Formats: sequence, structure tokens, C-alpha cells
Amino acid sequence: MPTEKVRRFPLSTSQTTTTEHPALAHQFDSMEQQQDASTFGMWVFLLTEIMMFGGLFTAYLIYRIKYYPAFVAGSTSISVSWGFANTLVLIGSSFTMAMAVWAAQKGKRNAQVWFLIGTMVLGAAFLGVKAKEYYDKFDECHIPGHVIGKGFNTWGGCSATDKSLGNIAEEIRDPKHGNPNIPEVSADQTAKQTEIFFSFYFAMTGLHAFHMLIGLGLLAWLTLRAKSGEFGPRYYTPVELGGLYWHFVDIVWIFLFPLLYLISRHQHGV
Amino acid sequence: MSDHSHSHPTPGLYVLIVLALFVGTCLTWGIAFIDLGIWNPVVALTIAVVKALLVILFFMHVYYSNRLTKLTVAAGFFWLLIMISMSLSDYMTRTFLPQ
Repeated sequence: MPTEKVRRFPLSTSQTTTTEHPALAHQFDSMEQQQDASTFGMWVFLLTEIMMFGGLFTAYLIYRIKYYPAFVAGSTSISVSWGFANTLVLIGSSFTMAMAVWAAQKGKRNAQVWFLIGTMVLGAAFLGVKAKEYYDKFDECHIPGHVIGKGFNTWGGCSATDKSLGNIAEEIRDPKHGNPNIPEVSADQTAKQTEIFFSFYFAMTGLHAFHMLIGLGLLAWLTLRAKSGEFGPRYYTPVELGGLYWHFVDIVWIFLFPLLYLISRHQHGV
Repeated sequence: MSDHSHSHPTPGLYVLIVLALFVGTCLTWGIAFIDLGIWNPVVALTIAVVKALLVILFFMHVYYSNRLTKLTVAAGFFWLLIMISMSLSDYMTRTFLPQ
């Protein structure tokens, strides 16, 4: 039996003089083992997150196939430019986050704090743009249901939009213009279907924005700990795991952007 | 077996990755306005997968991780693919046979 690997409690001073780190929990043999276990645990948590967002993605794709004209109409009514700008902002924040982890590994305390603050600034900018996009949808009466604002309105009459969602959807259904394979449904049904698109839009981007808010809270906490000089080459696991979470949120947006904003710009059959 | 758990990417690599991600984003944005027929969604999602891979492998350090982490990540995405492909193969083929 390899006795040198056995840790007894209480620890004798001879064992603690060389490798003991204040952040090492008593159930682990070494900092490396502790970090490996933490990383594994974080990834298992992220897998549950992947399946949660994955369920929404799958449902969105199924409904997009089923209610294609309405989903195209809904998708073309959201602003590609703002979505594009926000994608760049979020990728930038992932970069600063990766740099914060690097600075923590190298024991650069100031750089670490500034990279974390930079990540928070970019994250807040993303949420600001998202709020602007949500306000536009509120203004155009594209919030599903009748609780918020003046109620969902497909046919215009809420604000001065030149083309209503209903008209766009009708146009796509028109065999001369679009896909003849799309089955006939009544105009009222089409209106209901665009409401389903916006239910997905707000559920998916809302859940994503909620994750960003949690991420901002985590980053603020990490910044305070980094400022106190807690992290260095031997112990930076919290920054590393905070980074994993932040990059995961970035990946969700990398898929939300094409699915919600981009792939319906041209109206073709499924 | 060589264990990469102690090597880490450098800032230079991070800059390269973020530039590649910016290029990918501009590319997918530009291509969205070109009519490629049914290939529009395919191209957009392919670019998204490449971008996600760059983030996972380098920003999330999976390329430098131990085998347990690699296996965990791969298992997660494998399961996600099962969910999406099997659900869609059901819904997309329901009209193949006469009702």
C-alpha cells in the first residue's frame, strides 16, 4: 500500500510543510486532483444546461418546419444588425474572459481584475442591446399574449411598421412567390403561428439573458476575490470554472444568432 | 499517454481564435443575405458549429484537458445530437406515407 498517498486527519506538520495550499479541501490529495474533480463537475453541470437549451432548440426546429411561413415572417421582423453587433460583443467578452483565466494562471493580479471588469462591461453591453431589441418588439406589439403591452398584433395597426407579419406570411404562402408545398391555412391561423415564433424567441433569448445575469453576478464575485490576490498559478479553479460558464453562454448565443436571425432571410421550402 | 493538463494556451493563440470567431461571424452575417436556397441554413449552422468548436477546444481548454473531461464533453454533445436528430427524423418524415 502506498502510504505516502494516504492523508490522515489531523494532518501532521511534516506533511503540510511542502505542498499544502489553503484552498486544498481535505478530501483531495493534491491541487491538481482537486482542479480535475472541479472541472469534471462543472462540465457535468454544463451538460445538463446543454440538454435544457437543446430541448428548446429541438422544439424550435420542429415548429419552424411545421409553421414555416409564420416563422419566416417573425424571423425577418427582428433586427439582424443588432443581433450581429451583439454576437461580436459576446465573442469579445469570451476573449477577455479567456485572458482573465490566463492572467490568473500567471498570477497577474491587476491584469486579471481588468480583464474580468472588461468581460462584465461587454456582458452588460450585450444585455443593453437585448433590452433595446425587446423594447422594439414591445413597441411593434410582438410580445406574445395579451398581458404585456397592447397585446400581440400580427396585422399591424400597433405601430408604423410598413409591412405586417401577417402580410409577409401570406406572401410566402402565395405559390407565385414562394413555396407551393406549404399547406393552406387560414389567415387567423397564420397570425397565431407568428405568435408561437415570438414565444420561442422570448423564451430562448430570455433564458439566455437570464444566464448572462447570473454570469455577471459570478464575475463580480470573482473580481472581488481576484482583487484580494486569492488566485495564482497553483489555485485559479474558480476563475477557470467561471470562464467555462461564460463561454457556454457564448456558445448558446453562437447557435441562437443563426437560428433566430439568419436562416430565414430567404424564403424557401424546408 | 501524454497528459496536457499542465500546458495552457498563450495570449497569442487566444487572439488568433477571437479573430477567427469575428471572421466567422462576419461571414455568416454576409452569407445570410445571399440566396443559396436550401443551403442557407446548412451554411449558417456549419459556421456556427465551427465557431462553437473553437470556443470549446481553446477558450474552454478542452484541447488541453485530460481524457475524462474530453469524454464527458463528447458524451454530452453526442446525446444532444441524438435528441435533435431522432426528434427531427420523426417530425420530418410523418407526411412521407399517405395519411
